[in-house]
This record gives sequence, structure tokens and C-alpha cells, in this order.
Amino acid sequence: MSGPLRALLRKELRLELRTLAALPAMMLFAVSLFVLAHFTLNRSVLEGDLAAGVLWIALLLASLLGANRLFVADVQQGGLEGFMLAPVERSLLLLSKVIVMLVFLLALEIIAVPAFAVLLLGPPLGPAIGWLALLLALADVGIALVAVLVSALASRTRARDLFVALIGLPLMLPIAIGAARGSAPLLAFAAHAPAARWPLMIGLYDLILGLIAFALFDFLVEE
Amino acid sequence: MLGPNGAGKTTLLRLLSTLLRPSRGTLEVLGAALPDEAYKVRGRIGFVAHEPLLYRELSAVENLEYYCGLYGVEQARAVELLDAVGIGPARNAPLRELSRGSVQRVALARAVLHRPALLLLDEAFSHLDPAAVELVQPLIGRSAGVTRVLTSHDAMAAAAEADVVLGLRAAHPVLLAPAAELDAATIRELYR
Repeated sequence: MSGPLRALLRKELRLELRTLAALPAMMLFAVSLFVLAHFTLNRSVLEGDLAAGVLWIALLLASLLGANRLFVADVQQGGLEGFMLAPVERSLLLLSKVIVMLVFLLALEIIAVPAFAVLLLGPPLGPAIGWLALLLALADVGIALVAVLVSALASRTRARDLFVALIGLPLMLPIAIGAARGSAPLLAFAAHAPAARWPLMIGLYDLILGLIAFALFDFLVEE
Repeated sequence: MLGPNGAGKTTLLRLLSTLLRPSRGTLEVLGAALPDEAYKVRGRIGFVAHEPLLYRELSAVENLEYYCGLYGVEQARAVELLDAVGIGPARNAPLRELSRGSVQRVALARAVLHRPALLLLDEAFSHLDPAAVELVQPLIGRSAGVTRVLTSHDAMAAAAEADVVLGLRAAHPVLLAPAAELDAATIRELYR
């Protein structure tokens, strides 16, 4: 790992550990949504399409909270300008933010997925864990890329929170569709492997997002 | 660079620092044409902006270590510079707990961390008491031995620091003269 990338990652993780601005909110929000789903759907257990829908809605909405915070310290405290003055590739900032968002999502899922299994899921999670981990990993890459792109775009606007939700959610729709359809058979009582097209679709979308992010990021962060 | 508020001094410094792209005209810094060759000079410019460009939740030493990583400078340089600007035991406290003057000292240390060939100083001495101004002279003063472009609310003091004075008004140059040739009346006229 290059020196500048290591410096960027260390700074990001230090800031989150000091402020706890993103992670606790993401986790609490996801678990709150599960509790809300329990009462509003009036069901003690979920399975199949419904279970997959609730799980992915919670994860996607919780991810927006993390996305909202990604550039706050950089923009409000001038760190972004400090970075722009340094003789390093702009893409390193993109890479560091994507890695940090992936860490946030991993931490979120370590809490949220078991909480979902305990609070709402009817079938056992154990047999589905391999495929679900693959879908989570693929979806996380796409969510992280959308989060970084949208939050970089929104960072200089006044309505940052609204902007991230309004632009971010439509961009996450293909991920939501692929992840929910892929997860539904895994979370059913008669569990079976998902059709290969769903993970492939998310993977392809990740690739497209990655190319767009790499091409656009310089323009998003420059004044 | 001297001129009344809104004359364009900060904008010009930000253009020179590569933070802003010129909308028209040509701009050359240290032999590199901006913005196309900005990558060639970023590592040779030190910029003290209005804002300290530091993270409030990180300590002085953590902030400078971060910039050491970005500029490829040895980490020991962070502590060396914090000693030079008089940030002693406070170096490990979050910046939000330091006074504005102390934060400005850390910002000055950040600007010279990578031993720049050109220093852009936008009100660099603001928030500093006379003792602190004295303390930072070897880093950003005339004795630092690097080319400096500076602005200051204290026009006479700034002119005393300079070899050449550029006077700006409403984003246009209205004066370019050796500092030794300027008198108080000329400077007063610039601010009218």
C-alpha cells in the first residue's frame, strides 16, 4: 500500500473513531428498521421475498447515513483543500473513501445481519451464509462507489442529506434489485441457491460504477 | 499583494496554489503552466490559507503526520516543526482544544512541512501574538530563504517584508513597483 493511501486511511479511521459520527448511527438505524418492520408488517417471522426486501431496504438506507458523513470533515474543516494541494493522484482519495465505506458497511453487516436473523428471519441463516456473503460483498462494492460519488457531489451543496438520498437511492436501485432477488431464495424455508444472473448483474454494475467513478472523481472534487 | 477587501488577493493566491482553475488568461508558477502542469508544482508550493486546512478532531502531530504521508516526508519532520513553532505538550491534544493562535502555528508548520520553493501566505500572521510572529520567522519570514507571495491586513508591514508590491483593486492590477519605492501616501491611495 502506498504511503499517501496509508495516510488517508489512517486519517479516515482516526476521525471516525474520535467522532463516531457514522457507524453507530448506521447500526442503530438498521436495527430500528427491523423492529419497525416487525410491528408494521404484524409478523413475528419473515422469509423469502419479504425477508430479503426488509433486509436490503434496511442496509441501503443505513448506508446513506454513512454516505452523508463521508466528506463532512474534509469540506467543513478544509482537509479536502489540504489534500488537493498535495502532489498525489486524486484517485487515491476516491480509493480511500471507497475502502472506508466498505469498512463501514462490513461493520454494519456484522451487527445488522445477525440482528435480522434473531429478530425477524424465520429460516435459519446458517445454510445461506456463503451465498449471502457473496451477495453482500458484491453489493457493498456498488453501494460504496455510489456513496462516494454522490457524497462528493453533494459535499459542496447546502442540502447535502437530501441530495445524497435523492440521487443515491436511484443509483442503488440495480444493486437493490439484484441483491434482493438473489437473497430471496436463500432466506426461504425451502432455501436454494440464487440464479447466477443476480450476482453477475451486481458485479457488472459494480464494474460500470467503478469506471464512471474513476473518470468523474477529479471533476467532482475540484473547484 | 496589497489591495482593499474584495480586490482579489485571496483568489489570486488560490490560483497560484493550483486550488482554483483560471477561467481565462495564462498562469505560470515555477516554470509550469497552470492548470495543465499543476501536478509538477504541487509538491513545491506551500500555502497558508485563511482556514488552517487541518482536522479539528486530530491532534497537531496526527495532522502533520497525515500531511507527511501525503507529501512523502519523513514523520520525524512533524515533531521537529511543532517544536519550531512552539507547540510543546499540546501537540497530542485535539486541535479543537487549542487556541486559534496555536492552530495557526500548526497551519504554518503544515505549509512548510515539505520544504516548498514557493510560499503563498494569505494573512499568515493573523491570530499570532508578537512573540509567535518572531518564533515563526525562520520558517516563513524573509530569513526562510524561499520565494514568498503574501497578503496582509497590515499594508505597511507587508510592504516592509516585500521586494515587489502588486496592488490590486476590483480584480485588476493597479500598481506594480519595488517596495523600496513605495511611500505611505501611495499605499493609502490604493485603499481609497
